[in-house]
Amino acid sequence: MRLTCPLCGDRDRREFYYYGAEDYLHRPPEGAPLADWDNYLHLRDNPAGVTKDLWYHEAGCAQWLVVTRNTVTHEISGVELVAERKA
Amino acid sequence: MRIDGKGLVDRTKPVRFRFDGKDYAGYKGDTLASALLANDVRLVGRSFKYHRPRGVLTAGSEEPNALVEVVGPSNQTPNVRATMQEVFEGLDCRSQNRLGSLRFDLLAVNDYLSPFLSAGFYYKTFMWPRAFWEGLYEPIIRRAAGLGSLSGKHDEGTYEKAFAFCDVLVIGSGPAGLMAALTAGRSGADVILCEESHALGGRLLSDGGTIGGVPAGDWVAQVLAELQALPNVRIMARTTVTGAYDSGTYGALERVGLHKPARPNLPRECFWRIVAKHAVLASGALERPVAFENNDRPGIMMASAVRTYLNRYGVVPGKRVTLFANTDQARGVARDLMASGIQVAAIIDPRPDASAVEDCPVHVGAEVVGSRGRLGLAGIQVRKGSETIEIETDCLAMSGGWNPTIHLTCHMNGRPRWSEELAAFVPMEGAVPGLVAVGAANGSMSTHGALATGHAAALRAVEALGRKVSVLLPEAEDMPYTLKALWAVEGKGRAWLDFANDVTTKDVKLAAQEGFRSVEHMKRYTTQGMAPDQGKSSNVAALAVLAEATGRGIAETGVTTFRPPYVPVSIAAMGAGGRAEGFAPQRFLTSDQASRDRGAPMIEAGLWYRPSYFPKPGEATWREACDREVTMVRETVGVADVSTLGKIDIQGKDAGRFLDFVYTNTFSTLPVGRVRYGLMLREDGLVLDDGTSARLGEGHYLMTTTTAAAGLVMRHLDFVHQAFCADWQVRFISVTESWAQFAVAGPKARALVNSFLEVPVDLPFMGVAPVRIGGVDGRLFRISFSGEEGYELAVPTRYGEALFRDLVARAETMGGGPYGMEALNVLRIEKGFITHAEIHGRVTAHDIGMEKMVSAKKDCIGKAAATRPGMWGPEREQLVGLKASAPISAGAHLFVPGTEVHRETDQGYVTSICWSPTVGAWLGLGFLKDGRARHGEKIRLVDHLRGLDVLCEVCDPVFHDPDGEKLRA
Amino acid sequence: MPELIAKSALEGRSLALGGVTLAEVEAGPITSIAVLPGAAKTVAKGLKTIGLAMPEPNRFAEKKGARIVWTGREQAFLIGVDAPELEGAAVTDQSDGWAVLEVSGPAAVDVLARLVPMDLRLTACPVGSALRTQVNHMNTVILRTGDYAFEIMVFRSMARTAWHELETATHMVAARASVKI
Repeated sequence: MRLTCPLCGDRDRREFYYYGAEDYLHRPPEGAPLADWDNYLHLRDNPAGVTKDLWYHEAGCAQWLVVTRNTVTHEISGVELVAERKA
Repeated sequence: MRIDGKGLVDRTKPVRFRFDGKDYAGYKGDTLASALLANDVRLVGRSFKYHRPRGVLTAGSEEPNALVEVVGPSNQTPNVRATMQEVFEGLDCRSQNRLGSLRFDLLAVNDYLSPFLSAGFYYKTFMWPRAFWEGLYEPIIRRAAGLGSLSGKHDEGTYEKAFAFCDVLVIGSGPAGLMAALTAGRSGADVILCEESHALGGRLLSDGGTIGGVPAGDWVAQVLAELQALPNVRIMARTTVTGAYDSGTYGALERVGLHKPARPNLPRECFWRIVAKHAVLASGALERPVAFENNDRPGIMMASAVRTYLNRYGVVPGKRVTLFANTDQARGVARDLMASGIQVAAIIDPRPDASAVEDCPVHVGAEVVGSRGRLGLAGIQVRKGSETIEIETDCLAMSGGWNPTIHLTCHMNGRPRWSEELAAFVPMEGAVPGLVAVGAANGSMSTHGALATGHAAALRAVEALGRKVSVLLPEAEDMPYTLKALWAVEGKGRAWLDFANDVTTKDVKLAAQEGFRSVEHMKRYTTQGMAPDQGKSSNVAALAVLAEATGRGIAETGVTTFRPPYVPVSIAAMGAGGRAEGFAPQRFLTSDQASRDRGAPMIEAGLWYRPSYFPKPGEATWREACDREVTMVRETVGVADVSTLGKIDIQGKDAGRFLDFVYTNTFSTLPVGRVRYGLMLREDGLVLDDGTSARLGEGHYLMTTTTAAAGLVMRHLDFVHQAFCADWQVRFISVTESWAQFAVAGPKARALVNSFLEVPVDLPFMGVAPVRIGGVDGRLFRISFSGEEGYELAVPTRYGEALFRDLVARAETMGGGPYGMEALNVLRIEKGFITHAEIHGRVTAHDIGMEKMVSAKKDCIGKAAATRPGMWGPEREQLVGLKASAPISAGAHLFVPGTEVHRETDQGYVTSICWSPTVGAWLGLGFLKDGRARHGEKIRLVDHLRGLDVLCEVCDPVFHDPDGEKLRA
Repeated sequence: MPELIAKSALEGRSLALGGVTLAEVEAGPITSIAVLPGAAKTVAKGLKTIGLAMPEPNRFAEKKGARIVWTGREQAFLIGVDAPELEGAAVTDQSDGWAVLEVSGPAAVDVLARLVPMDLRLTACPVGSALRTQVNHMNTVILRTGDYAFEIMVFRSMARTAWHELETATHMVAARASVKI
């Protein structure tokens, strides 16, 4: 498997650390109800199809990436820098 | 038998090798199989289950029978296919899966027991009596199971892994592969051409014919010469592409040095990871056997293999050959044999309308129904209509048609398509993105078809690469190939489908009868296709027999899933470079040599190597050294290398704000020149790490992390920064490696430190200051991990060794010296300081008594989750100290005295322990339910693994200097 | 207090074998320059005083013995010269944090192909490339300094492992070349 880092280019999967669903980016505001935190921390979908998840280019530029990929076909349709993502 | 003037082996280079202790002669270019056949050795192994005599069946990597052990100086490799192992001077190999000699295998008794050993026998027998299982059945089965044997020692051979990148990967070098490589190569694209065999050319080397008006062999030589001259083409012989993976990645196993005597540094094998923009699969096809009674005797071979041995190696495997085949193409074998003066006793062709015109007897509409010969073929029985003919023959060449080698196209979940015309599975188009199957692999069976499809696929790849090329397609044979499948001949006896795992048509029918109708169930019930050859020559036939037995079509029955690797890959090759020093990087301190010079045993701490203790003459155990070092620190001064702690330099106007966000406590209010202890949570409220951070300037902090979590914290900070506050004025970078840092601790620490400084300083506890040491700019921190007055002195790493040696030497003049990890651990336990033994990923700030460090005035990572129910309160296990007068252990569990010891009465557990020379007792840190309210209580510590049952006193975790007077002195 | 003696990670070790030369090289000062948000222009002005600019991703540039190497998003290493006064950037000394190994010679690329999961063909990795990637298990910055020359930056504490890996690969490449396969 390979990922195209928006900065470093096409790279082997071994350079990346996998974190989990992109949900981690949507941190509830301070004072949000505990249910929101439960949802943020623990509740995840497991789609057969397109999913977005977080990868860290640990052996590269140290940027966190949002990877859009298909869990069925393995197609990777987008890689975006977390730091420069559109909200 | 060797035929003069035939074959491509180098007759000027004779080679001696050894098989089962006997010396034989072969030539350079021979495989073990061809050389043994040249020496008329037909019996080369015993079958897996019935221990039937077996000979060479094929001439390729699909070989199910001829598996041998190769014995080398540093290794013993089982299950080497004799058809792939090239002979070299001194090659030593032996047959396997026998008890006794190959000719008189005691386990051949299994063959007579075969009625009891049918498919699934192990599910049905050995069940009773139950008590016999461990003592009797299992040892017997273990003795009989498995193929080949290992040396039981480390494989000290050299193995290699490597990465390669190309525009076009061509898999296979038959006509289709060569044409594809030539077309892509001429376009200037980077091409890698992989060929499994040691010689390129594929079937062209065996089948002859003409291409573009020249003999096929000459055409191969011409193309190879051109490819070798192209700088953009890399030819990799002896390389099997074993798997197709995501994003154009392919695994390939190169047999680098297996065909030569072992020599230093020459890899035996190399596992390649090849990344290709386009791939052309020209893997050809595998000829399939026909199942008939006793079709597994040595001497019964694939027709294409007989042709390969004749034309490529100049070897005929018999004196009177017969051919049993259902295609016109297979007749070429008989013609080539006769042209070489070999007697062909008969051609048996099951097709009633086949031509009977050959220079030998031809029986059309006939089938081979049986064979005889104890250790090798002596004759066959042929049924023609109602009569049965006996034919004397010592070699039967058989062919039931061809199966395209589609394995790689299935590696990413692609299912093959059943072709009625070819009676075979063909690849599903686009099954592996970027890979196109051509030639026989895609069902184009003629030479013309191979050339044309290889050419076309390469042209498409070249075009997609934005290149241009014009290559003329040479003329070649274009015989139509159609087939009426013949899987199995009707008959009573056992007819083998899977030679490697001894699976017969009966077994498959039995599976169907017992309800294992799915091909995946049949496979597992019969073990068909589960041997080292993965059923390359039996899968399709077995499912055809299953289809018939279940009254379904083959397409409907489906096929089992082909998974990587295509051929067995040694773990040594796949994990090359991952053993011993290559397992993980070794990180060495600048003080490493100085510590070793003092005899310190080094222990691994993460990737780092740190001194365990510094033994002195007369100290018999580590404990003696450790106790001395602890007392030394408490009474005079000790020096320890603490450079392994993670150090992160944080700068920017928002640096303090950032630290406030990642730490539970506040750092934006920390004055310049001061250090503060910080606690870091994960977002789920559990403790991530702890450490001190110093404020070096207005917008400049230096964070320290624990050694263990340095990488983890960096990743966490990067996430928090990039995900939540990328626009803040803050940037940070690891400076762990930039500084060598030494702890100086003890009542004489200040004196020692000041003796080094050009301008002595009087730092308050938790202060930091720039200093000049030995002409170098350094930093001095007044922090302590021992409970004594402590300093950490940091200099640029290049000066680390010099400073450490000086510090230690001068400490010794003051009655002090170096201390190691053991003493460091005792010192911190005595003081109740935690490490990752305590913050192990399941504890909250509340558990370690630091809930007051979670600031109420600001948000921070983990704050919200830390307040959730269940994350705090008396029902949780809280950090306590434990004191005992007998040895205790980390990992022990805690129970109320007088209660039963089991899971439900468990009150907590121990995380760290030591003998404390300072307190004069065994001390522990651990977690106990509602522990903070239970100081003074007696608790029972139980460790069944170490046989400990000790009464401890629960106390405050700070055993030494609880008021911190020494720290602040 | 006597002067402290400086020591490099590998004390200048070198090895020549089979058309490959391995050597520890002295890189001089290494300074990390991390541009703070919105300060790109200010930093550019500061760098201009030494004739350099922030490099494009995966590239390095050289001027009069000074090298500026892309190391990440809005981050570069200035190597070989002392950093000028820079406004708008976090400036951090990294001189002691790295060991630099030069791998050169016609077979250098073959040695690295054993350890680096990167396309090092000149078309994909021309001279002037700066790659943040791995040497076996170690994070690295690889500079392509010539058609047949690379500089490999690794964390100083791992220098001995890096040397071991490169040396082992060099031996294997040399052994392959010394026999007719």
